[in-house]
Amino acid sequence: MSSTFDTIANIIAETCDIPRDSITPESHAINDLGIDSLDFLDIAFAIDKAFGIKLPLEQWTQEVNDGKATTDQYFVLKNLSARIDELVAAKGA
Amino acid sequence: MRLEYFQLIDRVVDISLADRTISTEATVPTESTIFEGHFPGYPLMPGVLLLEAMAQTSGWLVAAANNFQRMAFLAAAKDAKFRTFVTPGNVLAIQARITHDGSGYAMTEAKISMGRKTICDASLTLRILDFPNDEMRLAMRKMAERVGFASEVPANG
Repeated sequence: MSSTFDTIANIIAETCDIPRDSITPESHAINDLGIDSLDFLDIAFAIDKAFGIKLPLEQWTQEVNDGKATTDQYFVLKNLSARIDELVAAKGA
Repeated sequence: MRLEYFQLIDRVVDISLADRTISTEATVPTESTIFEGHFPGYPLMPGVLLLEAMAQTSGWLVAAANNFQRMAFLAAAKDAKFRTFVTPGNVLAIQARITHDGSGYAMTEAKISMGRKTICDASLTLRILDFPNDEMRLAMRKMAERVGFASEVPANG
C-alpha cells in the first residue's frame, strides 16, 4: 500500500506542482489538494501508465453522482491506493 | 476547409482503429475574411486554427473508436509547435494517433504536414462524452458523411 501511495503522491507532486511533503494518505485529491477534473486526467494518465491499468473514472463519477459512493472512497489517497491495488490484483488474476 | 463554419477537415483519407491512427486532408481556402485581419497584405493561417484542425482530426478518430456513440471535446493541448507559415491554398495532411485510451478521455499525438515537411504538432487531451442532444448527434452524423465516414456510421448511431 505504501509504495502505491508513494507512486501516486510523486505523480501528483510532479503533475500538479504540489509540494510532495503536503501530500499524505489522508489527503483528498479534490478537497485538500485542489486538483480539478482536468488536472486529474493527467494524473489518471500517469497512474494508468505506471500501474498498467485503466482507472474507471467514468464508473466512479457515475457512482458518486448516483449517490452510491462518496468522493472520499476514490479520491482520498489511501483509498485511491487501495482501489489501484485492487485493479492491479484483478489484472493479474 | 470551411472556416466560416469552423469545419477544418475536408476528408478522411485513411483510418485504422486497430492501429488507432487517422489521416485527413484539408485545403486552406484562398479567400477568407480571417486573412483580412491575419494579416493585412500578408495572409497566414492562424496557428490556433491549425491546432483546431489537429483537434478535429483527433476527434474524428476518437469518435470512430467509440462507434460514433459518443463525441470528443478538446480539453488540453501540450507542446504545440508551429514550425512554419501556412498560407492560402496550401494542402495540409493531418495525422493523429491515440496514445492512451482512458476512461472518459483520450490522449493523442497529432501533426500537420505539407509533403515531407512537418508544419506543426501537439499532444492533445480529449474528453469523451455523450452527445448533449439529438441535434448535435444528427449534425455529427451529417458531418461524418461529408468527410467520408458514410459507411462507418451505424444507421442507429
